[in-house]
Amino acid sequence: MAVEIAKQNWDGQVEELTIGATEEEGGTRTSTVTVGGETTLPFLHFEGEIPNKPVVALEILDEEPKDWPEPLAEVWGDVWDDPAKWAKKCVEEYGAELIALRLTSADPIGQDRSAEEIAETVEEVLDAVGVPLIILGCGDEEKDNEILKAAAEAAEGENLLIGFAEEENHSTIAAACMVHDHNVIAQSPVDMNICKQLNILLTDMKVKTNQIVIDPLVSSLGYGMEYSYSVMERIRLGALRDDDMLAMPMINFIGEEAWDVKETQASEEEKPGWGELSTRGIQWETAMGTTVLQGGADILVARHPESKENIEAGIEELMTESSYE
Amino acid sequence: MGLSSLEIYKKLPQTNCGDCGHPTCMAFAMQLAEDKASLDECPDVSDEAREALAAAAAPPITDITIGVGDYERTLGEETEIFRHDKTFFNETGVAISVSDAADAEAIEERVEQIDQLTFERVGQVIEVDMVAVTNDSDDAASFKEAVEIVADNTDRILILVSEDVEAVENALEVVADRNPLIYAATEDNYEEMTEVAKENECPLAVKGEDLNSLAELAEKVKDLDYENLVIDSGARNASQVLADQTVIRRKCINDKFRPFAFPTITFASGETPAQEIAQASTYIAKYAGIVVLSETVELSEMLPVLTVRQNIYNDPRVPVTVEPNQVNEIGEPDEKSPVIITTNFSLTYYSVEGEIPSDAYIIPIDTDGTSLLTAWAADKFGGKKIAEIVNEETDIGDRVDHNKLTISGHVAVISGKLEEESGWDVVVGPREASGLTNFIANRWEDELEA
Repeated sequence: MAVEIAKQNWDGQVEELTIGATEEEGGTRTSTVTVGGETTLPFLHFEGEIPNKPVVALEILDEEPKDWPEPLAEVWGDVWDDPAKWAKKCVEEYGAELIALRLTSADPIGQDRSAEEIAETVEEVLDAVGVPLIILGCGDEEKDNEILKAAAEAAEGENLLIGFAEEENHSTIAAACMVHDHNVIAQSPVDMNICKQLNILLTDMKVKTNQIVIDPLVSSLGYGMEYSYSVMERIRLGALRDDDMLAMPMINFIGEEAWDVKETQASEEEKPGWGELSTRGIQWETAMGTTVLQGGADILVARHPESKENIEAGIEELMTESSYE
Repeated sequence: MGLSSLEIYKKLPQTNCGDCGHPTCMAFAMQLAEDKASLDECPDVSDEAREALAAAAAPPITDITIGVGDYERTLGEETEIFRHDKTFFNETGVAISVSDAADAEAIEERVEQIDQLTFERVGQVIEVDMVAVTNDSDDAASFKEAVEIVADNTDRILILVSEDVEAVENALEVVADRNPLIYAATEDNYEEMTEVAKENECPLAVKGEDLNSLAELAEKVKDLDYENLVIDSGARNASQVLADQTVIRRKCINDKFRPFAFPTITFASGETPAQEIAQASTYIAKYAGIVVLSETVELSEMLPVLTVRQNIYNDPRVPVTVEPNQVNEIGEPDEKSPVIITTNFSLTYYSVEGEIPSDAYIIPIDTDGTSLLTAWAADKFGGKKIAEIVNEETDIGDRVDHNKLTISGHVAVISGKLEEESGWDVVVGPREASGLTNFIANRWEDELEA
């Protein structure tokens, strides 16, 4: 019996976006990363094009993390007091194609490092590795406007991805990205309408639609991931139904969320029924990453190199063509 | 009944006789469409029309019952392609395989290990549902023996994985009453296998080589008058499994394609736990009725997989809540730590919890899982109610030696009433949870002394 394959005809396409610029393109990167461009739901090769595979970035901080659990301390503990060394280890030992640098040291209630110091750190990391960078603030709105502006200036020509622009605080960061030619992450709080509204605000400022990445703010597996998952599915369906203001690639900070819950932190003594801590967190991050891929994630930012590897292996399998003769 | 009134009307006799109690056939059709009338009320409806309407009204995916007793469960009965359109109803069954090629002791050990894969998290029990015994030995006697050992050591649902009819028949002699799933009927064995399934009244998996051969085989088994089925397209590569799962689900929901109107079974084919976990997460998100794993038996590996299932099958129409009206400790709070009042809507609660940098108490007030401002606007987060809960349902008064409750700046307006009713001082904290870090680091000491 010949089954007629239920193919859906989509009108829209996700924007294609490149992070990083090589020497010919005016930067100093030795490689670039391109994501997006899909004309179909995640990995459904039989009804559309998936020109670029989703990418898994590794996340590093610009100061020694305070509360990262043991499995992360084990892999990064020897380099995490030096962001340049840390970035090098990500690339050289674990083959990271993309690195996310989170500038927590700028936090006013922490080290409160100045914009100049932050700009130096960004330059150091750019010197240390050739892969493109994602640059993230410390979470304090006012301070982030200051440091991200400085970072954007210091890295002019490098075509980085910088975050976060939010509905109530987007103009400074967006302007810095435009002036110095970077891409911007538009973060909305698990809400498709705010996501769309923010993209409208950004494009009204003349940010190009192919220079925006959507961060739908995913919650950890086990703690509301499904909300974000459904919002992501709806954003992607919007893109495929030709809504330009939803047609941007999506980024998920899975590492930050996955390693912040009891399941990845509690010791075996505390939770004997949950098994070994050394594998629990890695698999938690792996399962979370592979699930949100089905929601339409284009960039995943992970914290453990082993989960990065696991998710990449999963992506590779899903990128093999499925077909119907 | 899943049909529009016009579609139903076309199949009615259109006599407008009124014998059904409705003035016209169209009016009757409208009542039928809303499930407010039964087709039996019409004396003239033809058998052909009755059949067509019944088929159209049948659920797009049949419900199949598997197992008995505590572990009995329903698969299938799904109506959606995306969970946000309504919900996914029946959780993917998670099975782990046991090979009959192992010796008795090894089988016993493995089953014991599988039997421990039950977890409690956020107030719910999540667990592995099934054990799949695989006939790797190719020997009917060994299979029966292995099935018997497994059955003796666990109450979980059994899947009998063998294409050898004799092996299945023998095994059923000992476990037929546990309503196991027989895996599988194939092009080569389907007549006899269906006979065995029928005799024992057990659900039967039908395995094709691809979607075409699966549809054909499912029809053949249905022609033998057996519809207690689970289907497998035969795909093992994640990319093809995803494609097949999607096509099967779409054909059921959009086209009412009956050969596929059954729950599916998928197999994770990875060689390491990590590969299996990646595949299983994908299959759970994408429509699998059952997923069978073989490498993933450790507690630490299975917890994430079962949590993915718990999340994906969570009903999006019902807000997710945390246990309300109790004191939750963050870090290791002492008698000087702040007491933060919020709602029991999970997202609100965890965004507060996530922003607390050091030790504190949080009391989530029962607001039926609504957020702070929603709850306040709906009168579910008022001073009197919070006062009663804090003083009568919690022991927070014994845990701290200060007299201060912290609330969000968004609901500063309730502080007067709350102070008056509770006898506590109210500290108005930041409006957004993201300001809590700063608040506790810089302001709490002063507030404590004020």
